[in-house]
Amino acid sequence: MLQLLFGYFAGMIAATSILVVALRNPVYSALSLLVMFFHVAGLFVILHAEFLAAVQVIVYAGAILVLYLFVVMLLNIKQDDRYHSQWRVAAFVCVPLLIEAIVLLSGGSRAITTGSRLLQTDSHGTIAADNTLAIGQTLFSTYLFPFEVASLVLLVAMIGAIVLAKRDIGESDTQSMTQPAVDE
Amino acid sequence: MTIPISYYLILSAFVFLTGVVGVLIRRNIIAILLSVELMLNATNINFVAFSDHLQDLGGQVFVFFALTVAAAEVAVGLAIIIALHRSGSTINVEEFNLLKW
Repeated sequence: MLQLLFGYFAGMIAATSILVVALRNPVYSALSLLVMFFHVAGLFVILHAEFLAAVQVIVYAGAILVLYLFVVMLLNIKQDDRYHSQWRVAAFVCVPLLIEAIVLLSGGSRAITTGSRLLQTDSHGTIAADNTLAIGQTLFSTYLFPFEVASLVLLVAMIGAIVLAKRDIGESDTQSMTQPAVDE
Repeated sequence: MTIPISYYLILSAFVFLTGVVGVLIRRNIIAILLSVELMLNATNINFVAFSDHLQDLGGQVFVFFALTVAAAEVAVGLAIIIALHRSGSTINVEEFNLLKW
């Protein structure tokens, strides 16, 4: 049963991630990315990370993707979107990486599984039955300082986004006051 | 009856490579940002898979921080796209050569 669920989620994630890159229309790309986010959330449920599955749906699918769709529809992008001319560079970079990944994962998976269970005695606590409670306790005890830094990152990003998106309006206002007849 | 972690690693590597290819071959800057989101999700799958494998909650907390950084990246990136679109009225990356020697 678990294998069946993993197969479904993994297949859908792989297919939709290819569609994100392959589809020409950015709206379709964003919508297939939405489908991929939901399946990644399902994969998190399989991996006993229920809180992260909920956060994935709420934050990624609810907030980030809506922001993308908003900008796509705001900018009114033309359909003509050919591929970049450096696709040869992409092939040159990615085909060896893919081969390396296949070789490493086919040869080194046994070493990973044998040496894994030694790291259990860590200070972060094991995964409890109540996932949200455990994450909250870990986040506010061990990772308290990174949590505060993350809030600072969000504040800086918010200020930066406002400044970047608003600057043209302010400039055009001052320009229209000083020199009104400038044609763009 | 658990799934071996190498399956998760293969899936994550595949999604990450798809994201790299998307960043390199797409011309639309919004599609490039969507490919960056693909790569971030691939790392998140990796983190959660190892968190379940090692029975350690640190991986899930790190996914939380990666999500924060992704939100910040999206906000700033889309603001930059809007500013570029206002100044140049295009979002084709091959026409952005302002910072090119």
